[in-house]
Amino acid sequence: MKINRIVKTIFMADFVSALLLAIKISFKTKKTINYPFEKGKLSPRFRGEHALRRYPNGEERCIACKLCEAVCPAQAITIESEIKPDGSRKTSRYDIDMLKCIYCGLCEESCPVDAIVQGPNFEFATETREELYYNKKKLLENGDKWETALAANIKSDSAFR
Amino acid sequence: MIYINIFFNETYKILFLLIPVLVSVALIVWLDRRIWAFVQKRKGPNVVGPFGLLQTFADALKYMFKEIIIPSSAHKIIFILAPIVTLTLSLVAWAVIPFSEQLVLSDINVGILYLFAISSLSVYGIIMGGWASNSKYPFLGAIRSAAQMISYEVSIGIIIINVLLCVGSLNLNKIVLAQSNVWFVLPLFPMFVIFFISALAETNRPPFDLPEAESELVAGYQTEYSGMMYAMFWLGEYANILLLCALGSILFLGGWLSPIDISPFNLLPGPFWMIFKILFLFILFSLVKAIVPRYRFDQLMRLGWKIFLPLSLFWVVLTASFLFFTETLPLIG
Repeated sequence: MKINRIVKTIFMADFVSALLLAIKISFKTKKTINYPFEKGKLSPRFRGEHALRRYPNGEERCIACKLCEAVCPAQAITIESEIKPDGSRKTSRYDIDMLKCIYCGLCEESCPVDAIVQGPNFEFATETREELYYNKKKLLENGDKWETALAANIKSDSAFR
Repeated sequence: MIYINIFFNETYKILFLLIPVLVSVALIVWLDRRIWAFVQKRKGPNVVGPFGLLQTFADALKYMFKEIIIPSSAHKIIFILAPIVTLTLSLVAWAVIPFSEQLVLSDINVGILYLFAISSLSVYGIIMGGWASNSKYPFLGAIRSAAQMISYEVSIGIIIINVLLCVGSLNLNKIVLAQSNVWFVLPLFPMFVIFFISALAETNRPPFDLPEAESELVAGYQTEYSGMMYAMFWLGEYANILLLCALGSILFLGGWLSPIDISPFNLLPGPFWMIFKILFLFILFSLVKAIVPRYRFDQLMRLGWKIFLPLSLFWVVLTASFLFFTETLPLIG
């Protein structure tokens, strides 16, 4: 047993086998991707940048129930509401401080009308702090921009909700 | 007038050697990163230029435009001198490396001695950098590096004696020509292995990268350096690695000789085989970097003084007695 080990040490058996393994592995397919040019697969539950959605007729989904504001553990959401001329209650202000947000997804889960959602976008870095204080306009724009992806994600995940 | 002519002639020769060396250092850094990535199933740098070949040039450009920060407590002159010394010494040594029988800047009699002297001096750059930074981690890194390089130089020196015994000359071209029948890697194989491992330690490469052990010493003697000064250390380090690869291929792999002296092989020019062998050794260097964990400092010292030194000394005696009793001891000259 001991002689075996000495022989192994002298001929550097472990080193040689590691070297051969390294050469073998270096010809295998790579596990990494060329990130900015190709992107990894995201789960439909991925919690990225927030968006406020609309109904297909263009009406805002949000009914200003303020459940998301209440549930938000980081208190990143601020909502003010008003009664519209047609008698419906809508938000007059819907701000999310994206710097406070911890991307836990509770706002999305608490929303009864699937208005506030977290989309698949995670590349929204900005050059100033102020740009990350999202207001209602920005959130609705996000919703319009990502609507196809958002709807598809909600649909594919609905069986598990 | 004639002096100016000689001056320009020599300058052209030097530039003709230095520019390819510096460019190949840049490419070799790319190759190193790429091989490292491949062993870890990553892609490595592949964006700048074809296959990412220009990545190092982009990095160098970045370093050039970065600010050079000199710590207020540093010894300013030595701090600035250290990277210059490192880079200069690693480039100066290339003067005697033969790329073919004629293609060598200065074919001096004691080429191997000159190489050995220069590579011993290169520890000064590191010590100066570590001491002049006047900070904890660079100092510790420099001490480690000095101890390591000195102890492994001893065994490299004795390995070189082995080869010199078989050649009978200190001229690098003669060392290469002595291998026209059989490369020294075959009769002196254990010495080649020890030379390779000592070369790893000599150039502070993993598994012997203790001077810049990230987990312990931040970046060792380079910690306080930034911008172009850091890049000079970095160039010097890789030029040194290439130099030791070249030395290894001259001493053991037959330098610019073709592996088999038959028509398709020996028609190729000497520089081709030299570069091929340097690349082969370098690929081994970077594969080793990818697969081995770092040595502890006492293990490093034990390996150097208690294993490599006695073993190579014993082999000197063996080689010498073999040559003496078979009466094949070469004539001096």
